[in-house]
Amino acid sequence: MNEYSLLLTLLLPLVGAVCLLLGHRSLALQRAGGIVFSSVTFALSLYLVYVVDQAEFVVIQVGDWQAPFGISLVADRFSAIMVAVSSFMGAAVALYALAEIDEARLKKFFFPLYLILLFGVNGAFLTGDLFNLYVWFEIMLIASFVLISMGGEKGELEGGLKYVCLNLLSSVMFLAGAGIIYGKTGTLNMADLAHNLSVAEDVNWVISSSMLLLVSFGLKAGIFPFFFWLPASYHTPPSAVSAVFAGLLTKVGVYALFRSYTLMFVPIFPEVQPLILVLAILTMVTGVFGAASHFDMRRILSFHIVSQIGYMILGLAFMTPLALAAAIFYLVHHIIVKTNLFLVSGVVIRLKGSCDLAKVGGLCRSAPWLAFLFFIPAFSLGGIPPLSGFWAKFALVKSGIEIESWWSVAAALLVGVLTLYSMTKIWGEAFWKQQPEGVGAGPLPNPVGRLSYMVAPIAVLAISTVAIGLFGEPLFNYAERAAAQLLSPHEYISAVLQPNTEVLP
Amino acid sequence: MKYFILNQASRLLFPALLILSLIVLYRGHNLPGGGFIGGLLAATAFILVGLGDSMERAKELLRIEPVKLMALGLLVAVVSGMPSLLRGAPFMTSEWLPGFALPLIGKVHLGTPLVFDVGVYMVVIGFALHTTFSLSELAYTEIEEHEE
Repeated sequence: MNEYSLLLTLLLPLVGAVCLLLGHRSLALQRAGGIVFSSVTFALSLYLVYVVDQAEFVVIQVGDWQAPFGISLVADRFSAIMVAVSSFMGAAVALYALAEIDEARLKKFFFPLYLILLFGVNGAFLTGDLFNLYVWFEIMLIASFVLISMGGEKGELEGGLKYVCLNLLSSVMFLAGAGIIYGKTGTLNMADLAHNLSVAEDVNWVISSSMLLLVSFGLKAGIFPFFFWLPASYHTPPSAVSAVFAGLLTKVGVYALFRSYTLMFVPIFPEVQPLILVLAILTMVTGVFGAASHFDMRRILSFHIVSQIGYMILGLAFMTPLALAAAIFYLVHHIIVKTNLFLVSGVVIRLKGSCDLAKVGGLCRSAPWLAFLFFIPAFSLGGIPPLSGFWAKFALVKSGIEIESWWSVAAALLVGVLTLYSMTKIWGEAFWKQQPEGVGAGPLPNPVGRLSYMVAPIAVLAISTVAIGLFGEPLFNYAERAAAQLLSPHEYISAVLQPNTEVLP
Repeated sequence: MKYFILNQASRLLFPALLILSLIVLYRGHNLPGGGFIGGLLAATAFILVGLGDSMERAKELLRIEPVKLMALGLLVAVVSGMPSLLRGAPFMTSEWLPGFALPLIGKVHLGTPLVFDVGVYMVVIGFALHTTFSLSELAYTEIEEHEE
């Protein structure tokens, strides 16, 4: 039965996309289908988390071709929680899209592409094969290419072009790295790779391909020095699209980094660790400075994605049980909060016609409910107790102190303060100050759907941020169990490889 | 403008290409061919009619919207993975009907991999024709704008 929960979670968005393509004439069906399929996927993914937590691993050998010959789908605790959170965002943003995605975009297959995007993201989390991971990346990217440039306006196309070029470059690096690994070991199954590398006499050759993969995943995740495309493209599409991109796509890169360095590249990790640590610190610092220098709400938020990615990579670089648990907790917290902030920026655009901080103001008086809903995720991102961001940062800093990595602890604390500074900047400019005279564009003409469709998902995400902050212990315990799993890769290997099918390279 | 020779040739080649595409589709499991190449061949049959006669004629011959064909193809491909679930085997495990002999063709094996290939075949036809039809519409509107 366990296999079915994995399979259904994975396939349902695809089936949804098929149904919506079949009924592409009816816009009502598109809207309803988008919500129904993403919500049911979310429900199934919660069940998957439960099942995986009980059974440790759920493995499907697709087509009954045993690993390492076939393609394995593997869910461990880390991938299950990632699938659950991303499906949660999928469902929330689908509702939000009702109020923002216009008819022209719906007719250009917005919802089928959206579901394909979720399909690709979930597939990337669940695959146990390196080349198959590449394929899931491509599924996700092709859908995202269309979603990011769907409007066909100049700004969108410019952002989309940067996004496409950089991601193609990243795919080339990925293929090169995977190709070298395949040439040397003769396998692409992650578990088999990890096994072969752990028993090999000389593993230094794998550093080159691990670096290629680091660059590739780093480009997707937006780590230093590969983040420049991210703030240049994420502010152009509709907020529903940039919210789901901000929440999910970079996290797939982070997930891939975690997976490769806790599973395949364990033997060479000590040599790469200083590099990852430095990259993490630089990512945090440059991201937050970039945010401080910008004055457009969505650009500020985009730079904050970069700096927050640094925290997660820092957890990977520490590689202690507490640090990995903190990083997983951080991922969950960050996906929810960041998606929420982008959704809020969409409401600001709707009410004020812009999210350039110089042109908006007075929202605290004209829309106090929005100010409240912004306050929660913004100050959670800044790490104010008792919101979820505080515990994520607290656990990460604590793990840094435990291994006496003072520089990174100092950087993490400094970046936390600066994050708070730029959240306060948005607060002060957009919400607190008076509406500046003569520059505001006024509310958007002809909004697509009711405002409540936008507010409901924002409220739900804000409530879950508060809930994670106040009652976060079960989630943190789960993250600790997931981290324990990541730190004992032999369990993953033996769960995927059947005992009698060992193949020598 | 219709070219007489292309027009006449497309009428003859249309069924021939479709039959060829089906043959390529069928042999694809063990020999060069398969759903992708078969689908491309079938799409060229329709595109040839579109060029030799008109895109409207090609659309009539296809009978179904290309987008729906794509969707149905995806559905067929997904469903082709399901039969093995009934007997508890993993998703996408090949299930074969017992082989039987037919005159002319020889021994026939039918199974889920062929169904999957049919799905790919439909997706490829749908994708290629959706692209072609959209591009041809775009071309016509540009010519009209130019004439105005």
